[in-house]
Amino acid sequence: MSLSAENVTCLRGDRLVFRDISFDLAGGQALWVRGRNGAGKSTLLRIAARLLRPQAGRFFWNRTDITEDDEPYHGQYHYIGHQEVLKPVLTVAENLSFWAEFHGQGKASLEQAIEGFELGALRDTPAGLLSAGQKKRTNLARLLASPAPLWILDEPLSALDTHFIDLFRARLSEHLKAGGLALYATHQDLGIDGSQELDLDAGGGA
Amino acid sequence: MKAFFSLIARDLKLAARQGSAVALSLCFFVIVIVLFPLGVGPEMTVLARIAPGVLWVAALLACLLTLDRIFQADYEDGSLDQLVIGPLPLSFLVLAKVIAHWLTSVLPLIIIAPVLALSLNLASDGVIAVTFALLIGSPTLSLIGAVGAALTMGMRRGGVLLSLLVLPLYIPVLIFGVAAVEAAVAMLPMAPHLLLLGGMSLGALVVGPLAAGAALRLALE
Repeated sequence: MSLSAENVTCLRGDRLVFRDISFDLAGGQALWVRGRNGAGKSTLLRIAARLLRPQAGRFFWNRTDITEDDEPYHGQYHYIGHQEVLKPVLTVAENLSFWAEFHGQGKASLEQAIEGFELGALRDTPAGLLSAGQKKRTNLARLLASPAPLWILDEPLSALDTHFIDLFRARLSEHLKAGGLALYATHQDLGIDGSQELDLDAGGGA
Repeated sequence: MKAFFSLIARDLKLAARQGSAVALSLCFFVIVIVLFPLGVGPEMTVLARIAPGVLWVAALLACLLTLDRIFQADYEDGSLDQLVIGPLPLSFLVLAKVIAHWLTSVLPLIIIAPVLALSLNLASDGVIAVTFALLIGSPTLSLIGAVGAALTMGMRRGGVLLSLLVLPLYIPVLIFGVAAVEAAVAMLPMAPHLLLLGGMSLGALVVGPLAAGAALRLALE
């Protein structure tokens, strides 16, 4: 499995966010996207998640060009953004089980997700009553509720305490060991072995 | 297919938990209709004469009131991003949202409509006709409304623009919906009008999800 980008350029309105970004990511590898505020980290991740279109550049999934036709890329990735994607009136388990079902998964992966992020005690709590960190964990648990080879993570650590940062790091390492890919933007170094770096401030490729 | 039904089931569950939304549009529908006898006067013949139009216009407005919720809540909490990149094609995603909207916001209006029709002194044939006409014609309201809702999503005060976009497109439904009821009251065949309403619903079923899907794509970028 591999994801590569070639000379991706993005304009928002009249402003050039970044230009000629390239990276090449194989199975088991992670890419740490760095940059100051406003450097375009989130934009790059949203482009990788096909939520935005770049002005120029090409994307390849398993060496297949997905710039125009993203059919082979569909369902191959998870995107965790800044928003928590939770319905306040549904419980933690109901929120997660919807996303598992939506991606065609059954109950087994739901239990795995709840265990993986230590949400057992909260499973019947309405999401509206959760703290910011608990919401973040529930949101991250979607990663396990339906497996996908590529994780695109925008600030996955925000609102997590040190225990859960370690827990998340362990989940991410497991995912990479199993041959998964990850694309993440954080302010602090996650210390993932063999992760590449992409510094948007430098304006170049990895 | 599983994704399609799980999305509808989730929206129904959300509507059930937040019962207030359904109750609000239902109350709006009732109040608008109750205002007419107060404004026009209690003359029974006048009320019977205007009843089909009043019922239809009130149904259009009550439906309009709930349209912005089709996508807005999912847009605000980020669910829409996740739905769009999920396994469902965009037009089916829209269709699932529209079905859920129709079931939660329009169907309750149709269920209560016969009672209100009787209170406006509509003849019993007319009561049956207005129920059928609403059943057959109202999917068009949700389907066209979804296009407007997708176009105005994320806009501040999008609700007013939504009304301006959508209400003119509701005119054909209103005309044939009222005509069906008036035909029934006059003992004339109402089938042609109902067939036209059905045709409009089927047409909207094809065009609506495609157009709303394209609008969603635009609004998200």
